[in-house]
Amino acid sequence: MLNASLKELSAALAQRKISSVELTQLFLDRIEKLNPAINAFITVDAEKSLAQARTADERIAKNRAQPLAGIPVAHKDIFVTQGWPTTCGSKILSNFIGPYDAHVIERFNDAGAVILGKTNMDEFAMGSSSETSFYGPVKNPWGQAYVPGGSSGGSAAAIAARMAPAATGTDTGGSIRQPAALSGLSGLKPTYGLVSRYGMIAFASSLDQGGPMAKSAEDLALLLNVMAGFDARDSTSSERAREDYVRDLEKPLAGLRIGVPKEHFGEGLAADVGQAVEAALEQIEKLGARRVPIGLPNSGLSVPAYYVIAPAEASSNLSRFDGVRYGHRAKEYRDLADMYRRTRAEGFGAEVRRRILIGTYVLSHGYYDAYYLKAQKIRRLIAQDFVEAFKQCDVVMGPTSPTVAFKIGAKAADPVQMYLNDIYTIPANLAGLPGMSIPCGFGRDNLPVGLHIVGNYFAEARMLNVAHQYQKATDWHKREPAGIHL
Amino acid sequence: MPLSTDEVRRIAELARIGISDAEARAVQVQLNDIFELIGQMQKIDTEGIEPMSHAQGLALRLREDKVSETDRSEPYQSLAPQKDAGLYLVPKVIE
Repeated sequence: MLNASLKELSAALAQRKISSVELTQLFLDRIEKLNPAINAFITVDAEKSLAQARTADERIAKNRAQPLAGIPVAHKDIFVTQGWPTTCGSKILSNFIGPYDAHVIERFNDAGAVILGKTNMDEFAMGSSSETSFYGPVKNPWGQAYVPGGSSGGSAAAIAARMAPAATGTDTGGSIRQPAALSGLSGLKPTYGLVSRYGMIAFASSLDQGGPMAKSAEDLALLLNVMAGFDARDSTSSERAREDYVRDLEKPLAGLRIGVPKEHFGEGLAADVGQAVEAALEQIEKLGARRVPIGLPNSGLSVPAYYVIAPAEASSNLSRFDGVRYGHRAKEYRDLADMYRRTRAEGFGAEVRRRILIGTYVLSHGYYDAYYLKAQKIRRLIAQDFVEAFKQCDVVMGPTSPTVAFKIGAKAADPVQMYLNDIYTIPANLAGLPGMSIPCGFGRDNLPVGLHIVGNYFAEARMLNVAHQYQKATDWHKREPAGIHL
Repeated sequence: MPLSTDEVRRIAELARIGISDAEARAVQVQLNDIFELIGQMQKIDTEGIEPMSHAQGLALRLREDKVSETDRSEPYQSLAPQKDAGLYLVPKVIE
């Protein structure tokens, strides 16, 4: 059961081979055993989870169950969840209990899924290693000295260690795809606007997007079927007819054109990652696809542009944390301004404070044109590169991350080195395109490598099809870390 | 153009984040590294390029002017650090 796909779990539940209560308890036991070492979860509440499981069992007994009914799913602690602590990995929200459900949580609840717990993350999703959490760093189940990637590192580690069959994540610059790559999982950042952000704590509003994380592309398709859909409460939600993301999974890949950008195979790419990705491309060619060399000439500017746009929007979004309406408030202060200063200095960790300072500076009087406006123009150039690329190809492929997982602490003191982890994933966020990462082999120290797939706007079904066909021909996604067996 | 510690303190004040002199000096070094990275943008000619503020050129939706939310002030306000009679309390600002 621990290694089963969502389809297999769903069938086992429908055939009464296992109840949702038993399945939920199985994963709760795994969490109890493994989480003290891995630190993937910030909050677990067995009583609440089992109550939901009992309700799901009643639905299943009446044969009224949807595909995910009774299946436990872990949620990144960025999604506001009614009655559950929702911390966003921060001290400033350490006492915050969700007073309502995020749209994504609502959708999973409506589908009969069970909330398995809230997963650890970089504070306010700002990071690529899950080390900046107020609740301590997350360990990579493939090697506990290594980071699992971030910011959705708790969700990634939970699935990799088989403490959860699936999880949600969010991706502003790579925060679903990079941890999926570093933890040997499949993860999808949908097209900007496909999944409602109502109740998803905001980091950079023109880039943030929620999405699923799981072992396989087939699992991602089932999860996306639940998560995607119009929601009037998110002003950027796309008004589109609902799609079935499972429908195209079995289509053959004959004729598929894979765009391979030379810029993503140059300086900075580790040899072990490059080799695994090259082998994956050859494998996909064997399935009937052909390679098309493309250029993304401005993608090298994506990290600089991102580190203007994302902090600028973060500095604005995070101004709401002021110790007045909710969250942490400093104990001692002289006056109102002093209360703000102390509350925010105490409540935010170093990386969050740093990004707020960058954002405040680039938006301050006299610097707007030189930084924010300039970054927005470069963003246009980067998006335009993809428009040109998709005239010649159906999907773009390359490495998700320049290296396999690095050691905990290795980049913590050097923000710029940390930021460069997302050099291949950020362009899709800037352009608003869907991107995914799937396991495609192993590199140094037997650590997983991720293959990055970017599709055109709303081409998720096609991307999942490509990934599923690759996963039918390979078994990288079925590998599990050694030493995590019960 | 490197930031001085005075500028770091001024930005922190704009952001309402308390900062000690030692922190300001430490942050100054890191911010200057980051601004060196960001500075790569200046090498690119963007004359005549339209800024892209959003991933999709969406116009904001309009809706009918009718009540869509119920009053949930009580559960929301139960999270406040200090409140009284439906009001959020802050330190006195007018003597």
